[in-house]
Amino acid sequence: MKRVVYREWRIPPERYWSLLGFLAALIGIAALSFGYMEHQGHWVSGMNNSVVWGMPHVFAVFLIIAASGALNIASIGTVFKKPIYKPLGRLSGLLAVAMLMGGLLVLVMDLGRPERLIVAMTNYNFSSIFAWNIFLYTGFMAIVIAYLWSMADRKGGPFNYPIGMLALVWRLALTTGTGSIFGFLVARQAYDAAILGPMFVALSFAYGLAVFMLVLIFGFEEEGRPIGPRMMRRLRNLLALFISVALYFILIYHLTNLYIAKNDSLEHWLLLSGGIYTALFWGGWILAGSLVPMWILYHPVLSQKRDWIVAACALVIVGGFAAMYVIIIGSQAFPMAMFPGYTILESGFTDGVNGAAAPYWPTIPEILLGLGGVAVALLITVVGVRVLQFLPESLADDVVALDEETLDAAPFAKPA
Amino acid sequence: MNENETRTESTHDTPQAPDVDGARRGFIGTAAGLSAAALVAPGVFLHSVAAAPRTEPVTSDVRWGLLIDTAKCAEGCSACVEACDRENGLDLQEPQGSESKWEHQKAVWIRKVKLQDNQTGRITQLPLMCQHCEDPPCVDVCPTGASFKRADGIVMVDRHLCIGCRYCMMACPYKARSFVHQETHGQLTAVPRGKGCVESCNLCVHRRDYGEASTACVDACVQEGHEAIVFGDLKDPNSVISQRLRELPSRQIREDLVLNTGVRYAGV
Repeated sequence: MKRVVYREWRIPPERYWSLLGFLAALIGIAALSFGYMEHQGHWVSGMNNSVVWGMPHVFAVFLIIAASGALNIASIGTVFKKPIYKPLGRLSGLLAVAMLMGGLLVLVMDLGRPERLIVAMTNYNFSSIFAWNIFLYTGFMAIVIAYLWSMADRKGGPFNYPIGMLALVWRLALTTGTGSIFGFLVARQAYDAAILGPMFVALSFAYGLAVFMLVLIFGFEEEGRPIGPRMMRRLRNLLALFISVALYFILIYHLTNLYIAKNDSLEHWLLLSGGIYTALFWGGWILAGSLVPMWILYHPVLSQKRDWIVAACALVIVGGFAAMYVIIIGSQAFPMAMFPGYTILESGFTDGVNGAAAPYWPTIPEILLGLGGVAVALLITVVGVRVLQFLPESLADDVVALDEETLDAAPFAKPA
Repeated sequence: MNENETRTESTHDTPQAPDVDGARRGFIGTAAGLSAAALVAPGVFLHSVAAAPRTEPVTSDVRWGLLIDTAKCAEGCSACVEACDRENGLDLQEPQGSESKWEHQKAVWIRKVKLQDNQTGRITQLPLMCQHCEDPPCVDVCPTGASFKRADGIVMVDRHLCIGCRYCMMACPYKARSFVHQETHGQLTAVPRGKGCVESCNLCVHRRDYGEASTACVDACVQEGHEAIVFGDLKDPNSVISQRLRELPSRQIREDLVLNTGVRYAGV
């Protein structure tokens, strides 16, 4: 066991600047997409009066919940006192702020009147979970920045635990709040379920950790910093556990709906006959995004190989996007049950005639806008680790702490 | 309210008058003016009394609502929809993109729906619009308070506060709201419309503010001779709507949500 030393990310300048250039180009293209949609109006997007939230929201919600999930690593180190996670705390905080920023930008850029953001900042209706979220999101950023300070500055040491505790509670509130955007909508069958709040928390654990692991492994490999097998085993077991927790919530959500007779048609549609949504649910979310990565992560041979772990993380992220697509878009596409016991034969506003789902196909500007949010998150991270000491020099087995902290042991990771 | 006043356009192009005989024009003008005055003066005076805009804040002494008797709603008739489109400038929307996509993106305040009972096969026709709930989910979820309910029960959108987040559209159980997906031109002064804002039926709120007796859809339905829609004050026990509600068995759509809608349906 050695003292943990943090150091800036010193990859060769040409490599660094080309990475920055690539991300900046993605952001530039996203800005153009935003300008196009804003100037023309939303008719150029695939969104319509039935599916009112589309691809930008898939990206934004994924980034926001992954942001809160990325902070888990810091919480495990600080609040749950697992010293092996302590060297990862700074990157965890940075990624959390960066992804939240990226997600919020996408959300704001998709508003019908983005220039009226100031209205949202000055007029609040506190019966709206959206209004609450404005405070939850801005508060999260402030708390995590304070958290980072307490991790990095010697003077911050005494505040590390209380701030970490607050950050943990806050992130749970934030993700529950994000899930509750959907969970308290009585209008739509797929949303009218309070379990969506805790389910989003469970999903955030898995997505946040998957993103964190990818960034960590990429950052370390680029510069040749070592990650020991002990750290890898910890992270990969944690990811597999988080995936199974998420699966549990998905199972309960669908079992509940299957039990409620009036939701039979919704479940039948989603699980069997929903076309793209059924395919994304089973193929993307459950198989590629949950079962395959779990199989890799628990496989005795594959789980030892870094490339396979990277693949598992990437699959979790792909599954996350599929999940968001099914939850956000699929739930809107399913026709609203305005007249239970009746079939709508004709409608002047496409109310699910003969039970048909509402149409939605994402357009290129929407996808580019969403990718811009991802690029913003990565750009903030890349600049952050380059200029500040976010990354530990080594996570080799002889550097990281023992897996468990004993009661009489001195706190392991002191601020460097 | 006559057609011209309702559909006052906010922008006018005044063509340059060519050279004409001034005296002749003056004479014709005076003659026409005098005869017109003689003909329409009584109407103008009556109208000006009715047209005095409301100066007091609306109160909760009234609650505006509609009763729709589906038995009287005729198949193939869309007079209410067309009247609403005209009254609220929805017919001025310029289609964008492909026709099939535009069908899902254009703003619609009222639509006709044809239903079939799954058990009995009975067919029902009805117009569907904002149900003006007493506890509207759209108002609950609006982050800025742009979606609001007036004291007289009308649920509408303050288009100065709407940021276009569409959360109200997610929350509305009646799919009553529309997002304006396109640039708008030649709007009506009574019904301003803005790209990127959400809107829905507001029970012809401009007519309420001028003390008029009904809504465009109701007038059109009466004109067609169906009288399937009744507009009135739900709080006044002597109003026609209250009397009819006492006589007819009626219900709210999605009664299970207990939103106490201002729009009631008979025969469904």
